[in-house]
Amino acid sequence: MTAREIVAAVQSGETTATAVLDEHLARIRERDGELHAFNLVTEDAARADAAAVDAGDRTGPLAGVPIALKDNLCTRGVPTTCSSRILEGWKPPYDATVVSRLRAAGAVVVGKTNLDEFAMGSSTENSAFGPTRNPHDPSRVPGGSSGGSAAAVAAGFAPVALGSDTGGSIRQPAALCGVVGVKPTYGAVSRYGLVAFASSLDQIGPFTQTVADAALVLEVIAGHDPMDSTSIDRPAPSLLDALEESVDGLRVGVVRELLGEGIADDVRRRTEAAADALAAAGAKVEEASVPAAIYGLSAYYLIAPAEASSNLARYDGVRYGVRVDGPTTGDMMEATRTAGFGAEVKRRIMLGTYALSAGYYDAYYGKAQQVRTLIIRDFQAAYEQFDVLLSPTSPTTAFPLGAKTEDPLAMYMNDVCTIPSNLSGDPAMSIPYGTGDDGLPVGVQVMAPALGEQVMFRAAAALERSLS
Amino acid sequence: MAEITREDVAHVARLARLNVTDEELDLFTGQLAAVLEHARDVEALDVGDVPPTAHPLPLKNVLRPDEVRPSLDRAEVLAVAPAVEDDRFAVPPVLGEEP
Repeated sequence: MTAREIVAAVQSGETTATAVLDEHLARIRERDGELHAFNLVTEDAARADAAAVDAGDRTGPLAGVPIALKDNLCTRGVPTTCSSRILEGWKPPYDATVVSRLRAAGAVVVGKTNLDEFAMGSSTENSAFGPTRNPHDPSRVPGGSSGGSAAAVAAGFAPVALGSDTGGSIRQPAALCGVVGVKPTYGAVSRYGLVAFASSLDQIGPFTQTVADAALVLEVIAGHDPMDSTSIDRPAPSLLDALEESVDGLRVGVVRELLGEGIADDVRRRTEAAADALAAAGAKVEEASVPAAIYGLSAYYLIAPAEASSNLARYDGVRYGVRVDGPTTGDMMEATRTAGFGAEVKRRIMLGTYALSAGYYDAYYGKAQQVRTLIIRDFQAAYEQFDVLLSPTSPTTAFPLGAKTEDPLAMYMNDVCTIPSNLSGDPAMSIPYGTGDDGLPVGVQVMAPALGEQVMFRAAAALERSLS
Repeated sequence: MAEITREDVAHVARLARLNVTDEELDLFTGQLAAVLEHARDVEALDVGDVPPTAHPLPLKNVLRPDEVRPSLDRAEVLAVAPAVEDDRFAVPPVLGEEP
């Protein structure tokens, strides 16, 4: 059942929140041993929350809907690990704003999902607690970094999950697992209580089975929050109404630079099929150009590690998390970080430290920031001609576990289509659009200008309708 | 720009307070060099005087009303700290002296 169906069925008395929860817990018991979508299932708390919905004590637009949370979202008194040894066992003393809002809307949190350590990765293989597997083919990765959340929705463990997206970490796993994934406009959803990776790029967003469920969840979690100084101070847009609107006359641009080299033929064909479907529904579809997008990957892998090297300085064994002792504080910090961080996190910290260090700052970080300006300008120019832009979400379908773990650059290439929207701060979402030659899901990405969620959802809903 | 060396990687590891073994140094040097090699397209780009963007939003200072309000509970925060002494975070000697 979708989230909207659950809300309606619980409200009408056709079923109970407890019965809905039981069904999902049964599926988790049956299959999560194999898939490892969850780091932790909070069964007792979920049962209490569902019972409160059934007693009429908890109401709201998500009353009775089971929700899984990426394990980098703080949950008060419940372990939040970021799939890192360095935070193993840590229980945050507060809830992330998105968690408070979901709970206030009646949602039932079922657990914390696996991720690449500190959200650094594109396959969920960088988790300190072992990889998550793709429900469509367990020999393949679910994508990442929010692979646990994507797999949880695809496997029917929860109709809704939250993830975070710094360079594609919601959209790419959504594509590989065949579910809907949304990265909202930067600042649309509060980051308070999201463990920071790259603060100028991170955004929280939903995974769902349907476009309408994504709209429903985003309406609940978006909106101004005084606890996040980068939160946009304006009311959250109404999205559910946009879903029924026709795309007749909508100007759709297919981004030439994101359909070129490195994009698998079957993925390209599905993207073209999506463009054709929108044209058949009345949209005006043309080729668009965002020339600087081809530099996005390079700029991102200088900017994101630079910000991460600064953000992750806080894990020093002093105030929270794991400590490995040493004779002096400096020794203790080094021993803690050396033992606590995995290889990919260390690589990114070192890369970021290097890009920010004296003598290299201008050539790397400074240059990358200038490229970021070029990407923003190119998007702005494209959005003068087009209402939304279309591209593949991921260059390929899900790849086998282990295929790219030894070659970080090959792994980074997974994010080539998703990164530009993080650099520009614009919203983008992935819609499942059929399967590739291997029978695995393909995702198509719809991008829109900042705060253009309504038109983005309008196009996404039309794509979804074209498949039914 | 010269290629990143083993010494560069050892230096940034020290700056970032990470202890890397000789074996890891070799591995990381090769991997970081590959990423930086890819970044040469950005490095080589003539961007002229295009202003840098550090953030997608125009950042402005956000102030809250200067009113007393509850903060995180001290006991709850200290309960999840690795070491505590007299209601404070405790660390080993900072300069190596005996306490």
